[in-house]
Order: sequence, then structure tokens, then C-alpha cells
Amino acid sequence: MSREFPFTKPVWPVQVPAPIPARSTGVYYDTSWSRSKLANRTRSVFVDNVLRPAIHLLARPSVEGAETLNLLDPPLIFVANHCSHLDTPLMLSVLPKRFREKVAVAAAADYFFDRAWKAHLFSLTLAAIPVERKRPDRTSARLAISLIEDGWNLIIFPEGGRSSDGWMQEIRGGAAYMAEHTGRPLVPVYIDGTYAIMSKGGSRLQPGSTKVTFGKPINHVGGEDARHISERIYQEFARLADESSSNWWEATKRAAAGTSPSPRGPEAAAWLRAWNLPSGSSDGASSRSGGNLQWRQHRQQ
Amino acid sequence: MSPRPGYVLEVDRSTPPVLFWNGEGYLLEKLPPERSRVIYPPDPLHPLEDPIAKIRHALDHPMGDSQPLETLLHPDMRLTIAFDDVSLPLPAMQAPDARQLVIEQVLEMAAEAGVEDVVLLAALSLHRRMTEAELRHALGNRVYNAFEPHGLLLQHDAEDPDGLILLGTTDHGEEVEINRRAATSDLLVYVNINLVPMDGGHKSVATGLASYRSVRHHHNAHTMTHSRSFMDMDHSELHSANWRMGRFIRESGVKVFQIETTLNTNAFPSQFSFLQRREWEWTPRDRAGFFASSKALALMGDRTRRTLFHSIKAPMQLTSVQAGEVEAVHQSTLTNVFDQQLVHVDGQTDILTMGLPYISPYNVNSIMNPILVACLGLGYLFNMYRGKPLVREGGVVIMRHPTPWAFNTTHHPSYIDFFEEVLADTTDPVQISKYEEAYATDPWYIQLYRTGHAYHGVHPFYMWYWCAHALEHLSSVIVIGGDRRAVKRLGFRPASTLDDALEMAEDSVGSQPTITHIRVPPLMMAEVS
Repeated sequence: MSREFPFTKPVWPVQVPAPIPARSTGVYYDTSWSRSKLANRTRSVFVDNVLRPAIHLLARPSVEGAETLNLLDPPLIFVANHCSHLDTPLMLSVLPKRFREKVAVAAAADYFFDRAWKAHLFSLTLAAIPVERKRPDRTSARLAISLIEDGWNLIIFPEGGRSSDGWMQEIRGGAAYMAEHTGRPLVPVYIDGTYAIMSKGGSRLQPGSTKVTFGKPINHVGGEDARHISERIYQEFARLADESSSNWWEATKRAAAGTSPSPRGPEAAAWLRAWNLPSGSSDGASSRSGGNLQWRQHRQQ
Repeated sequence: MSPRPGYVLEVDRSTPPVLFWNGEGYLLEKLPPERSRVIYPPDPLHPLEDPIAKIRHALDHPMGDSQPLETLLHPDMRLTIAFDDVSLPLPAMQAPDARQLVIEQVLEMAAEAGVEDVVLLAALSLHRRMTEAELRHALGNRVYNAFEPHGLLLQHDAEDPDGLILLGTTDHGEEVEINRRAATSDLLVYVNINLVPMDGGHKSVATGLASYRSVRHHHNAHTMTHSRSFMDMDHSELHSANWRMGRFIRESGVKVFQIETTLNTNAFPSQFSFLQRREWEWTPRDRAGFFASSKALALMGDRTRRTLFHSIKAPMQLTSVQAGEVEAVHQSTLTNVFDQQLVHVDGQTDILTMGLPYISPYNVNSIMNPILVACLGLGYLFNMYRGKPLVREGGVVIMRHPTPWAFNTTHHPSYIDFFEEVLADTTDPVQISKYEEAYATDPWYIQLYRTGHAYHGVHPFYMWYWCAHALEHLSSVIVIGGDRRAVKRLGFRPASTLDDALEMAEDSVGSQPTITHIRVPPLMMAEVS
């Protein structure tokens, strides 16, 4: 079979101005259908019967601090660190049912909504909503705020994308902006272990264990600006990351003393950042090959 | 937002292959990069939102010195409503036809005015008579059923001695003989479909309702070689003659109320929409449609393919209606036609390529015989220019068409003899005229024209005269994929592939020639600077 036009897509002539893309994908994709009763029911069946069992097999999650959620009423804004595609399904798997039943996930418009089929799929299965992350855009923020005001919980990854080395990235202001405009609490969630199972750019899954630590809710204080809220989110992430690799008490003491290790890792060369990655976050493949290396054995002792 | 204008695409290595029509089929051809260009017609114009209201408005607010139609109608008058025949539009448009829409409004006005004596008249000129199905499609069942059973739906007969009247002779010595009923009516309403700039104006009556005796004065080799082109009224001897005759008709007391309509270029229904979409814009559905239909057509026999294509009804829609005095109406109509069809093109080309489709004005529901192939390519498409021809003098035209040695014996009897006898002798448009009178006055051809569905005996001559300007202008004409014997009989050169044809053309235009492909249908007119 020929590999040329018309069997393949025609090349758009350079001299012809490309048309403005149809605004039915990306941040302009209309997700309202995915929050209908039927879609909700379908998603609920999928999450409970497919996604959660699969995640429990693949990622064996342990959960810390979820009991604090019992004191809170929906809607909540869950802010989580992000280093793997597994983070969203993992979050959906570990959230208590009363939050899980009505939760939307902020997803990159340019990645999950760039094709109609992807937009349909992720809207239905994950209740994803498109978020513009490459340029300032109020469309996605307005949608997220309206959903929160409509009683929907929201999962948002404030780093704006997956970490490429397992360490956290800078926190952007979107989550704080939503807390400021809705008055709803932000709940930081630290996810540890998914990078080892499925890292960014990794070609295969390496089953392992994960740990999800829920932090203290962060409430917007009157007059507080989004930048300050973001700083508080970051401090809580630092404490949660420390807690994840030590224990609550040690982490709390270091947080009080202002000596929590930075969740963004050392300012160093790439190999040193990888070297210093907490063991739970390290790449499984590296661990296996590294098991035979003397330096690796020394480090693990 | 107004529809996109036409576009001239410079071909580079990444340009997708371009659609070439090939009779009752089509294929994709790769043009040589860096020296080829493809001219795409403008997108179809937006149709009139309320065509009935626009028609009424045009009739009530006529152009030029004409009075509103309503005031021209009175109970004891003779009213004749003439209309264009089956050669327009192409392909036939989806019902309701523009003629039906207009004629129904005219008849409603006539009924309100109490006009009793009304006749509908198909302006055939020397074309074949329309069938009942064709008349029903053009006029609608309501009009057909009201007039035809009572003998009030007539078809012009250019050979009926009792049905014609000689009005006189112009100062150029042209005899003006037209339909007696039309000439002796108190009012002649002519309903046009103006598909190309040649249509309409004084040509409607002076040709459409004329006799052979009258038509021969402008349908000849001399006129056609002095029409550059006959699609450009201001530089067309064909039009000059028709305008002289039309004015003579007016001065003879024949009162004409002209109604001209323009259509957009929605030539194909949605399942064939890829045929008028630019290749780089083809969607997966278009590509699948092209692939599936090409394969299916290849499996069909000639007759099935022909039946399929001629059953296509174009979703064309009205874009304008003009009514009133002939010349004022036609000027406005031309503006609307050019709005739809004109494409600005820089400079001429060495080689002009074209894929010829299954239909021309003279083979509706019929076979496109070799003479009509020549006429469509060199008569119509070559002449769709304003300014200069798309191809330079001494250039080459490459056409793609199967060009079968096949004729419809009912529609084109004289074509068969013309092909066998006249073209076997000479293909020079001037030389062939020595045979013209014998064919035009042959009693058998006249009988078939008057009583059957045959084109007039002289008609194939006119088709060849139509090519005269191109034949004089070009150094060579090459036909790809045609029946080799038929192509040679036409005086053209047969080629198997586009590459072969381009190589052959280099004999005439030199190496590395520039190439221009016109992507028609839908129709367009090139304004060449």
C-alpha cells in the first residue's frame, strides 16, 4: 500500500496561510458532557472496578493523613506534586469516596486535549478539564472556579507538568488563585514512588510501592495574595516530603525549625540530583542495575 | 465572512498530487515542482437568503429603462416566457431549478394581471429538444402540468418555416430571423441562467430563439478567431454580432424583459465534496471518498459510470437575480459572475494542463464524444480568460480525457459524419466551413433535429469553430489517456501519461517549461496580467 497522499495526510503548502485551528480542542474543549449523570456513573464504575484495582496491583499505595479529610466538607482543592502519569489515577484511587464521586482533574490542555479522541477519553474516564499551561489564559481558571463553586472537588498539579528528574519543580500560582477566588481550602498531597514506577519519558512500567501523604488544609486568609498562599503550599510540601522519607514527628520538628530539606532537590548537576533522590523515588531500573554497583551498595547501607 | 477568492498555488516538492478529471473518473497527478502552478477557483459564494423575495424584488424594481413587470402585464396581451435549455446549468442543479423559481413568480404576476395568452418557450437555438424529464426538472411539475398538456409549452424550432419571422438585416448584413411567437408577443420575458460570462445579454434572444440563417452570421471561424475571448464581452466578436442583432430586434418592436440569474459554484453534493476542495485541505473522509469512489468507478462499465455521473444534481444556489432592460441587466449579471469566478493570475505559461470532466453543455445525459472533448478543452476552458490566454502563443495544451470513439446516435447524428468525413479531410476551422452548408441543410439531420432529440446538423461545425482561437494560438494539443485513433483524428497528439505528455510538449516549448494546471470544475475565469 502506498505511503503517499491520498493514503497519508496531505502536506499543507508553506505559501498558504494555515487556518486558525478549530476551537473544539485544547482549552476550548467543552467538557460539560463529562459531568452529566450518565458520564459520572460510567466514570464511577470505571474508577471503582478498573482503575483502583489496577493501581493497587501496580502501585500498592499506602496513605498517610487521610483522616484529616474527615473534618472537611467538599469541595476541596487537592494540590499534589507531579512526577508521573500515575499520579492522577493514584489520587483517584486513594481519595475517600465522598470526594472521589465528584472530583475533576486539571489536565494540560496541550497534552490531554490536543486531539478530540484524547479529550473525549480523559474527560470521561478522569473527569479531566483542560488547563492552559503555556500562556496566561483565564478560560481554564474560570472553568475550574465555576466547578468548585458548583460543588466539585478539584485535583490540581501546581507544578504545571511532570517532573523530569523526580524532584519537585517550582509551584505556579493557579491553585492559590483558585483558593483566593473560591475561599475553599487547599489540601496539599505529597505523592512518593510513582516516579520509580513510571517516570516521565520512561518506556515501561516497573511495579512498586507508593505513599500518598495528605497535608494540613491551607485556608485563604482575608487579604492574603496568591503569591503568599503558594509559599505556604510549598512549605507544606517540604514538610510532607520530609515526612514521607522519615516520620511525622521528625518532619514536623524540622519544619518548625525551618530546616526541612528542599523538595526541589540540591542545586547541582543532573547526576548529583539523581544520586540524591530519595530512595522511594528512585527509578526502579536504576535500582536493579545499580544493585551490582559498589557505590550504590554503599549508599544503601 | 466572504468566501475565499481563487488561489494560485506554486508547486514545490511537498505539494500533494493534484486532482485531474478524466471523463467519468478522476485521478491524482504529481506536477513537476518549482515550475508548475495550480489555479483553484474561488469558494462558492453565499446564496441569497430568500430567493423568492429577491426575484419578486427584481421584477418590481427592474434595471435600465424598463418598467416593473407588473405594469407590463395586461389581460388581453400575448405573453411569451422563454427560458434557457438543458445546456444550463452544469451539472443540472438540485430542484428547484432557478428557471422554475423565476417562471413561477412571473406566472403568478401574469395570473394576477389576468393574462390569458401565455406560452412557455424553450430557447433551444440549434440544440436538441429537451425530454419531458428535463423539462419537468427545469420548470417543476406544477408549471409543466399546467402548460404542456395544452400545447402551451413549446420548444423553439430553428427550422420551422411557419414558426420563424425575418425581422430584417443589420447594417453589417446579418439577417435577423427569430421565433415568430416570441417576436409577435406583446412581451417576451427571457429567463436566463448565467453560468459563464458568455451567457445572457442580447445573445439570449438573438441566438437562443434564432434560426440557422441568423445564427450562422456569428457562429463561424472568423468570429471565433476574433473573439479574445468569447467569454470577455468587450473583446468578443461573437458578442458584438449578437449585440447588433439584439438591438435590431429591439428596434423592430420586440419588447424583451430580461431576467438573468447567477448561481454559486457548489457543483457537487456532499459525498463528492472532495472534488472541489483543495487537495491539502482534504480530510480523512475526503481521502477515503476519493479512494473508494475511484476504485468503484474503475470497476464499473462505461454506461453505468455515465448514468451515475449524469444523475448528479449540483447543490447550486442562486446568488443574484437581475431583471429589466437587457443591457443594463447583463452588466450587473457580469459583475456577479466575475465575483464568483474570477481569479487573478500573473503571467502566461508555456503549458496549460486540464483534466476534462464528464460533462459539457452539449452532452447532458449523453456521451462526451471526441468533438465535444475538443470543444470543452479548447473552446470553453481555454477561453475562460480575460486579458490574455493563460498559455502563451505557441504554447501547448495538455488535456486528460479518455476521448472514446463513441457517439450518441440520437443526440449527435451529424457529429458522427462530421468526425468520419470532415475531420478526416481537414481540421482547419476555416477549411471545414466548405462542408457547412451541406450539413446544415441536410433534410435528414433537419428531420432529426425537429422531431427527435438531435442537435442540428451544423452543430459539430460550431463546436469546431469554438476551438478556432485555441488552434490558432497553440503550437500543439496533447491528450492523455485518450483513444489514440480518435485523438489523432482530431489532429491532436496522444500520450499515455502526464510525464510523456510533458516530454512531448518540450518539442514545442523547449526544456523546463512552465506549467499551469486549472483545477476545474467548478468553473473559474482567469484574469491574466
